[in-house]
Amino acid sequence: MADVNKTHAQKADGISTKVLKSGIISWIVVIAVWGLGSLGYDEYFLPSPYQTLNNAIELIQNGTLWADIAASISRVLRGWLLAVVAGVPLGLAVGSFRPVRWLVEPILSFFRFVPAIALTTLFLMWFGVGDESKVALIMYASFFPIFVNTIAGVASTDQSLVEAASCMGAKKAIVFFTVTVPSAISNIYTGIRLGLSSSIICVIAAEMLVGSDGLGYLINSSKLYYKTGWAFAGIVTLAVIGFVADRLLQLIGKKSLKHFGVK
Amino acid sequence: MYIRLEHINKTFGDFKASDDVSFEIEKGKLIGLLGPSGSGKTTILRMLAGLEKQDSGNIYIDGKIVNDLPSNQRGIGFVFQSYALFPYLTVYGNIAYGLKIQKKDKAFITERVHELLELVGLPGLEKRYPDQLSGGQRQRIALARALAPNPELLLLDEPFAAIDAKVRKELRTWLRETIDKIGITSIFVTHDQDEAIEVADEIVITNKGRVEQVGNPAEIYLNPKTPFVAQFIGQSAVIKNIGQLKGFENVNGKTQAVIRPEFIEINKFSDDGHHDFESAMEDGIVSEVLFRGNNFEVIVDIGKTTLTGRFPLGGQTLKKGDSVKVLIHKLYTFDDNTTEIVENSALEDNNLYYI
Repeated sequence: MADVNKTHAQKADGISTKVLKSGIISWIVVIAVWGLGSLGYDEYFLPSPYQTLNNAIELIQNGTLWADIAASISRVLRGWLLAVVAGVPLGLAVGSFRPVRWLVEPILSFFRFVPAIALTTLFLMWFGVGDESKVALIMYASFFPIFVNTIAGVASTDQSLVEAASCMGAKKAIVFFTVTVPSAISNIYTGIRLGLSSSIICVIAAEMLVGSDGLGYLINSSKLYYKTGWAFAGIVTLAVIGFVADRLLQLIGKKSLKHFGVK
Repeated sequence: MYIRLEHINKTFGDFKASDDVSFEIEKGKLIGLLGPSGSGKTTILRMLAGLEKQDSGNIYIDGKIVNDLPSNQRGIGFVFQSYALFPYLTVYGNIAYGLKIQKKDKAFITERVHELLELVGLPGLEKRYPDQLSGGQRQRIALARALAPNPELLLLDEPFAAIDAKVRKELRTWLRETIDKIGITSIFVTHDQDEAIEVADEIVITNKGRVEQVGNPAEIYLNPKTPFVAQFIGQSAVIKNIGQLKGFENVNGKTQAVIRPEFIEINKFSDDGHHDFESAMEDGIVSEVLFRGNNFEVIVDIGKTTLTGRFPLGGQTLKKGDSVKVLIHKLYTFDDNTTEIVENSALEDNNLYYI
């Protein structure tokens, strides 16, 4: 019996299973429902998939879409990378020293529930209406998942690995770099991925509130020109960027961090 | 003595893990720390490694007090029950770890890793990661890693606990041979008496944080010094009221005893004729017969007492429900503090009679 089950499990997926798993069918259904729904409304209320595509092509041809994508991505990258550079070392330090952890944790749990959007006004005042305030907001938004997960990663270090290193003569600093940091990598990676999605959410909100470019601005300004299709084009682009970025990160993680427990 | 523990005490909260523990170990010996779980054997090992600090008492390694020496300066190889291999390093990286800390040059490290992989019988696995190895292989790599920096003392915490029974037997023999080859003083913790008896030169038996007895396996088996050891070692049945057993009516005030399978003889008589010592035998009913390869293990009920004995192959066959005659040659009587061997007095009387 056991053998029979095994061969079933090992059997390669059939074509129908492959198609189901790829998600193509789900997308066809979503687009079909969207298209059917749009038949009942005019273009300003709910543009059809085809109209959205045309609007997107229009935006691509006049260069607006590329410029907005570039503006948003550049902000996300700056804010997010700053958060990584700050969050990982701070998280490692805080996680490694218990007294520091006790000091930091109450403040942390307080600010965790203050969303970046709530700070927009303050950041505009402090950092001006230019890119700085947006980058700062993105950094704030992605810092917490990175910081918190890094601390958790340090805390989850297998004590027997620390003891094994110590028995082989490793001093505390060496244990930190050869055991604690590698053990935390899986959690740090999770934090970085969560940070990226926070960054993308945050950049759109910030661009919708102030500024003159970026995908958030595109979506928000479409109402001024009665171009609902632009908003749809912006939203779809955003989803694609987020999806591709996360998949890319996942791929890198799986390939290069496999032995650090990244799945 | 190479290793000496003097009046070690250690408590964790209300739990007394070590209660005035003292023993000594000769250089080059392989010692088994044997006891039930929670008896404090792992704590002793961890204190030797410097991973725990005793509340009081002294630990000597090679004549020097090491009480205040942290684990990274004790020169100890430690093999963990869970292997504790670094999952993010290859086999090479794991074995080389201690050597890199000693700042050995690269050629030396490569050579040494190669040599150790040969020693543990896994040459060519340098580039594998721990998750690509079987349990037995991981344990061998863990041993290679612990030995790489040339430690003075090798400590192994339940080294075979996580390995399946068949491989465990192989690994035991292999460990014994490997340690003999290197000649390193070693201590291993186990709760499995077969493992301790088979592998160790000397056994330290622990119970409730105390050391009950230290000695070579035969000594401990034949002369248990405490009631606990008498019950713990061997396949022992505990008898509550020995006065009811024939030949043990007048025993020195002690009422409890331990009977091992080799102390009893099970007979099945098919005729009504006269048999030597028949008057000294107890009537029993067979409750279970288990085939053990070279003999049968027979479980017999004598009144309310259950004993385990052996029955040879080839002669009569025994089955459940058979009436048998059981002769108890001797037993270990014990009270709270002492234990002693008592022979069946009926046998002595009969001997006199026949002389």
